[in-house]
Formats: sequence, C-alpha cells, structure tokens
Amino acid sequence: MSKTILEMRNITKTFPGVKALSDVNLDVREGEIHAICGENGAGKSTLMKVLSGVYPHGSYEGQIVYKGEEQHFRSIRDSEHKGIVIIHQELALVPLLSIAENIFLGNEQAKNGVIDWDETRDGARKLLSMVGLTEDPDTLVTNIGLGKQQLVEIAKALSKQVQLLILDEPTASLSEKDSQALLDLLLEFKKQGITSIIISHKLNEISRIADRVTVIRDGRTIETMDTNDITEDRIITSMVGRSLEDRYPGREPKIGDVVLEVKNWSVYHPQHRDRQVIKNIDISLRKGEVVGIAGLMGSGRTEFAMSLFGKSYGQKISGDVFKNGQRIDTSSVDKAIANGIAYATEDRKHYGLNLIDHIKHNITIANLTGIARWGVIDDLAELDVANDYRKKTNIRSSSVYQVVGNLSGGNQQKVVLSKWLYANPEVLILDEPTRGIDVGAKYEIYTIINQLAAQGKAILVISSEMPELLGITDRLYVMNEGRIVGEMPTSEASQEKIMRSIVRAEGKAS
Amino acid sequence: MTVHTAPTGAPADQAKSAELSFIGALRANMRDYGLLLALILIMLFFQYFTAGVLFKPVNLTNIILQNSYIIVMALGMLLVIVAGHIDLSVGSVSGFVGALAAMLMVGWKFPPELAFLANPIVAGAICLVVGAAIGAAQGYIIAYHRVPAFIVTLAGMLIFKGLSLAILAGKSVGPFPAEFQLLSAGFIPDVIGPTTLPWLAENGQNVVLHTTTMVIAILAVVGSVFFSIRTRARRRARGYDVEPFSLFVVKNLVIAVLVLFFAYMLASYRGLPNVLVVMGVLIAGFVFLTKRMTFGRRIYALGGNLKAAALSGVKTERTTFYIFAIMGALAALAGMIYAARLNSATPKAGQGLELDVIAAVFIGGASALGGVGQVAGAVIGAFIMGVMNNGMSIMGVNIDWQQMIKGVVLLAAVFFDLYNKNRSA
Repeated sequence: MSKTILEMRNITKTFPGVKALSDVNLDVREGEIHAICGENGAGKSTLMKVLSGVYPHGSYEGQIVYKGEEQHFRSIRDSEHKGIVIIHQELALVPLLSIAENIFLGNEQAKNGVIDWDETRDGARKLLSMVGLTEDPDTLVTNIGLGKQQLVEIAKALSKQVQLLILDEPTASLSEKDSQALLDLLLEFKKQGITSIIISHKLNEISRIADRVTVIRDGRTIETMDTNDITEDRIITSMVGRSLEDRYPGREPKIGDVVLEVKNWSVYHPQHRDRQVIKNIDISLRKGEVVGIAGLMGSGRTEFAMSLFGKSYGQKISGDVFKNGQRIDTSSVDKAIANGIAYATEDRKHYGLNLIDHIKHNITIANLTGIARWGVIDDLAELDVANDYRKKTNIRSSSVYQVVGNLSGGNQQKVVLSKWLYANPEVLILDEPTRGIDVGAKYEIYTIINQLAAQGKAILVISSEMPELLGITDRLYVMNEGRIVGEMPTSEASQEKIMRSIVRAEGKAS
Repeated sequence: MTVHTAPTGAPADQAKSAELSFIGALRANMRDYGLLLALILIMLFFQYFTAGVLFKPVNLTNIILQNSYIIVMALGMLLVIVAGHIDLSVGSVSGFVGALAAMLMVGWKFPPELAFLANPIVAGAICLVVGAAIGAAQGYIIAYHRVPAFIVTLAGMLIFKGLSLAILAGKSVGPFPAEFQLLSAGFIPDVIGPTTLPWLAENGQNVVLHTTTMVIAILAVVGSVFFSIRTRARRRARGYDVEPFSLFVVKNLVIAVLVLFFAYMLASYRGLPNVLVVMGVLIAGFVFLTKRMTFGRRIYALGGNLKAAALSGVKTERTTFYIFAIMGALAALAGMIYAARLNSATPKAGQGLELDVIAAVFIGGASALGGVGQVAGAVIGAFIMGVMNNGMSIMGVNIDWQQMIKGVVLLAAVFFDLYNKNRSA
C-alpha cells in the first residue's frame, strides 16, 4: 500500500450551539480515490472546509498532517499553495467570462498586471485537453452545459498544480453521460498520481471508482472501508446507523379513474422561436397512481412540466389539458394551482423556496387564501397549518420560525413538499424530488409520496435516477428530445429497457 | 437593529414547551427593539446638548411636522425596497404634485363651470389620483416590460423635475386656501375643552392641556393593551407558548408610558397635529398590510425570491405594479403636505427628498437585496434622521457637518446591522 498523503486527526469543530464535528479522523493515501459518505448535515462539507482553510487554523481543534508536515491553513490560498484544491457543489465560475479567463481567474497569466492573452489561451487549451474538452477557450462559460462547466472547474484546479483534488458532490446535477465522463477522468487522474477525495450521495458511483470509503455520521467517523469491503448496503447501514432493508417503502397501489390528461402538448424554446422543445406529447394520470418520466438530462422533462404549470417555460404553447374529463385552463400559475395542479421544482434553492424567510411563510405562500379572509391572514391559523405540516413531513428544525436557508437539503425539500401538500392539489408533479438529499431523507420523501397516492392523488415523478423511478412508480413514460418514446408498467420495466427506448429513438431521430 | 431577522416572539412558538425564561425572552425582544432604543438614546443625547430644547413641546411638534412627508413616503418606499426595487422619482413626483395642487387651487383661473376643481378637497383628490397614475405608469414599465426600476424612476425623476418647472413657469405659486393649509399647519380641535393643571405651574404659567389629545392617547393605549391581552389569551388557548407574564407587563407598560409622555408633550402645546393623525392612520394601515394581509406577504415573498414566488402562484407583475401605484399616491400626499407646510409650491420643492426617504428605510433595517424590512423600522429610521437634523440645527452645527454626520450614521447603521446578522448566523 502507498503511503499516507493526508491525515486529519481528532478534528473537532463547534459552531455556536452545535458541535458539527467531534473527533473526526480521516487518512487518505497517496494516489487513491477516497470517498466520503454521510447523510446531509453529517459534517462532510464542514470537514472539507476545515481541510481547505475556509475555517482557518485555530477555529477548530485537532491536527492536519499533509505530506508528513502539520499544516496551519489560514485561508484557501494557503491550502491551494500546497496543491489542495476544492471544487464546491455550487460551481464558482463567472458565467459571462470566457473559459480561459475563468481557468486563470485569480492566477492570471500576466506580467506587471498586463494579461498575456496568448499565454492564457494556450495554457487554457492545454488544460482543457487534459480534461477531454475541445471547446474554444474564448467561449463564454454561460454558453456551455453544466457537465462541461464542471470539467472547466477541474481544468482550473489542474492549473493550480493540484495534488489533492476535493470534489463536493460533483455529479449531483450532471446527466448520466456527463457523470460517467467525469468519473472516468478521476480514474485517469489516479493513474497520473493525483489523489482525489469525492463527496457523493450516489452509491453506485462510489462503489465504481473509490478505493476506500469513509463514512461520517452526526459529526463522527463511523468507519473506513477498503475496496473489497465496499458494498452499497454496508455504506447505507453505516450512514443511517440502521439497516434499510429496502430503499423504497412498499405500498399497495389503488389506482382509480383517469384524472389528468394532456393532449398534443407542444412548446417552443423561449429564445429561439423556431426550436420546438416539446413535440406533441400525450400523457394521462390516474387517481392514486405514481407515474414516472424517465429520460436523459435535456430530454425536455422539466420543460414539459413547467410549461404545463402556468406556462412557466417556453412560448407558443399549444395543446389541451383535461381534468376528470373537463378541459381546464392552466395558462397561469395561480390558475393551475386553482385547478388542482402543483409542481415542485428540481431547483429548490432558486425556484422553490424563499431562503431568507422562515418555514411558516414558505409553507403557506402557495395557498394564502386558505388561511385568509378578505385578504387578511389569520396568523394563528397559519401557525397551526405550519406546525401541522412540519410534523406530517417530519421537518427537523427548532420551530417553524427557523429560516429555510439554514436547513439541510432534505429538510428544505420537505418544506417544498409541505407547501404543495397544503395547496391540496389533485395532481402533484415532483421534479427530481430527491436530488442532493441523503438516503434517510429520501426514504421519508418516498413514504410521503406513497401516502399521497393512497389518498387518491395522482403523482408525476421526474427523476434522473432510474432505480428510484423503478422503485416508486406504477407506470413509466420515457422521454427523449421532447417526445414520449416509450410507455410501460413499472413491473415490466428495467434500466436496460428504458435505455433501449431512448437509444432506439435516437437512432430514429438521426 | 435587527428588526427583520426574527419575527417578534419567534422563539416563543416552540410548541408547548415550558414558559420561556425572562432573560431569554428579553434578549429576543432587545433585538427587535434595538432601533427604537437607538432613537431614544439619540433623543436623550440631543436633549442634553441642546440644553433641554429638544423635548420642549413646541419642538417635538416641529419634529413631527418637519418629517411628516418623509415618513409618508418611507411607507411606500419600504414596500418598493422589500420587493427588491428602488424608486428615485418620489422627490420629483412630490414636487410636481405640490405644483399641480398650487396651480389647481391658486394658479389656474377656471371658467365658472369648472371652478369646483379649485376646491381644496377636489384638488387634493385629483392630486392623489395623478400621483397614483404616475406611480402606476412607472410600475407598468417596471413590472410588465422588465425595465430596471432604477432606470425607469431615474427617468421619472428628470421628467417630473422638468414638469414642475414647466407648470409653475419657474415661479413660486401660493398662498394656499386656509382649508388646504390645515393639512400641515392645523391641529385637531379640542372638542372637550382645555384642562388646566395649576399644580404643574412653572414661572407662574399654568400648564394647559389639550384634553382631546390626551383622551385619544389614553384610548389608544387602552386599545393596544386590550389587543395584546387578547392575542396572548388566544395564543395560549391554542396551546402556543407566550412570553413570560412579567415581560409582557413590562413591555406594555413601557409602550404606554412612552405614548402617554409624547401625548402629554403635544397636549401641552397645541395638541395633535392633523398631519400626525394622517400619518398615524397610514402607519397603522401599512403595519397591518405588511404583517397581516396576503398582499403584504406576497411582497416579501417576491422580494425574497422572485422566481419561487411566481412558481407559487404569486402574480408578481401585478403585485409590483400595485406597489409602485401606492408609492405614487403616497408621493402625491407627501407633496401636498410639503406644499401646505411651505404655503406655496416652488420649482425646487421635493428635490433630493428621495434620498432622505431611501436612507430612512435602510437605517430601518431593510435589505437592499429585497425581502427584508419592517414598517416600524422605516418610521423609526425616518425619525432618527429627523431628530438628528433638528438637534444639530438647534446646536448650530453647520449644514456641511450635518450632511457628513448623517452620511456616517447611515453607513454605521447598515454596517452594524449586517455585523449583527453575520454574528448571529
């Protein structure tokens, strides 16, 4: 076995009132890919912030030994100087600067403050080729996809002579294909001797690339596993402290009549007037049914759902929506809500929640008329509603007055769900309902979905995680390039079958 | 100073735990009342350095009259800023509406069949409608055509500055009819009759109280205590925590004493100014609107996250449109108060007022990013600026120094607020 490159000993970090980390130990060997797992709020990100100097030396207890020397990082600059680079979940790129400018941001190829553009472009091109990108370095970052942006971040890290690369949930918002490319790249780096630490919720990825896995729970190290011992079940057991026999709660579907029918739905791109994004889609949902839409990133699933929900996406929208056989008007969000449709976004931070306000106000905003008369809010009724849903969806917080921005991802998602449950829809569209949240919270959200179905609501789930769709739905639509290219009962579906529908459609399209 | 970080009594809602400790609840309240405390400290400071002039009844009345139009506009500006916008036009719009009022009542000679337009009440109503229409026009461009408010209202500022010059033909127009002057110079009539308090005689002069003013103040205190007792009882009946009884009593007592003290001061001069009645009604209305009405809640929601609010069914465009229309109507009212106070409309009236109004709202703890801010904060912020103007003038501080000191206070208030917030986060 190779030698240890990094050792974090007995790290303890306290915030006012909370002990975020207590006596955490981590040792990372040179040239390995080391995964860190843990539920949201377990302390993974805090640990990485301690390591990279975001929390300076002195604000925590314990030792960091890197390459045999004890380190006292006072800022990110200090740790980057030693070749430790962290790539955060939220990318730190400036959208309206070019790829080259972003790569050398803060590290400009310049003499006496004057930028050498030839050097910058050449350097950028060289780094881009290392991460497998052929983009022109002058392309603005905003014009390339998320997956490529992630790779630009990595190129930026390479420009800093990285020796220890830390990735915080790098594939959380990437498509299957981009994720694979990224993971392959990490394996490639490993051959070149770069050590990586990867924080991820995706257990299949971890078992694919990681040499060792350290599991953190409630701010403590639970265990570190070697390659041979890594199994998804074992990771889950350590993460949640209990064994989840099944990742998906079981249920007895009771499916009734058709409640929602969408016919011949077409949508054009909001900027490019001639580009048809959604092409003549027909779908239907039944009472008590959980229906999934599978598909790759960019297949138009979110665009379809948002255009349906009050024309929140696109232009020149055409098609009909029927509820219980009657045509309904969903041309604005409030009309859609009034007609019993709700849409919980895939991007809860930007589209779902008012992060600076507290839980109570976030839960009631979509149905204020339910607690108001003549435009005057009954504040005690509102408090009752908020407390009720906080309990129902098991939001972990000190009270309903906790600011939503301070909650963990899973609890934020429960606030989003509570908001839409309180709006009392008949049809609930959930777009990536478990993105970026931990296994325990996922299970809770699946349970809520099951309860809703049991109450007779129709639920449409959009998800990029195929096992999730296979685990919780009754029926599946497969979408590709704005079309429905397959439909099957979940009992007859498999990941292979879904992929086959997509690939077959691609073949036809080209 | 952090009026906005936590709603009053927030920690008290941890359902059904024991009654909170007095100290803990006091601390939570201190954060809410920090701004008020700052105002009181500033007043005491000037009371000392003006050798007791600041708290003279006539001076307190003056402070209210001098700042009334700022406060009226600060109410609307609070909504605008909470919604994440800004309105730079309010000074010029108020000046323009003041000019319009003067021309309607004094300047233009109407034919007999249109003479009713010069009636102060009709003219006042026209001015309010014109103000609302100006606000609505700007709001329409901002809300539905998504031109940034900064630019639209900057243009508005220039346009209405020019328009007031144009309709006044560059001259001052006045004086106003006596009925219109009452808006700023009048006091409510003492329908009960004066009360003489011989035992408080000073230098052989009896203290004569405006009895109606005192009665109104006492009724207001009784009403407010009644409502807080009822709210407390309702919360308790529903099983929610309430603040400790001791703190509840202290809080109500302090508020009652403050209100009665100021009422006494006003009553020993000429009583309640008319404009304070207008302000009081507006302030109460805006507190209610922001705290209890769905319209107010939607403003906070769209200021906090516009896209999330839109996807929750908030009609963001329409709400923004209404906010600017309200702002316009308030600017019109402020313009009339200002003109009535000067008893003439001048081409320069209102210029630069927008900056005082915006400063008041930010001192009051609103966030420039939107989504955060309280009516009470904006009102107190306006009074902080007003008391400083007044106190420094009495002390004979030069205008150049006054400007600099006010700038420093604005910066310090916002800095301190952010510092506090970061520490508690």
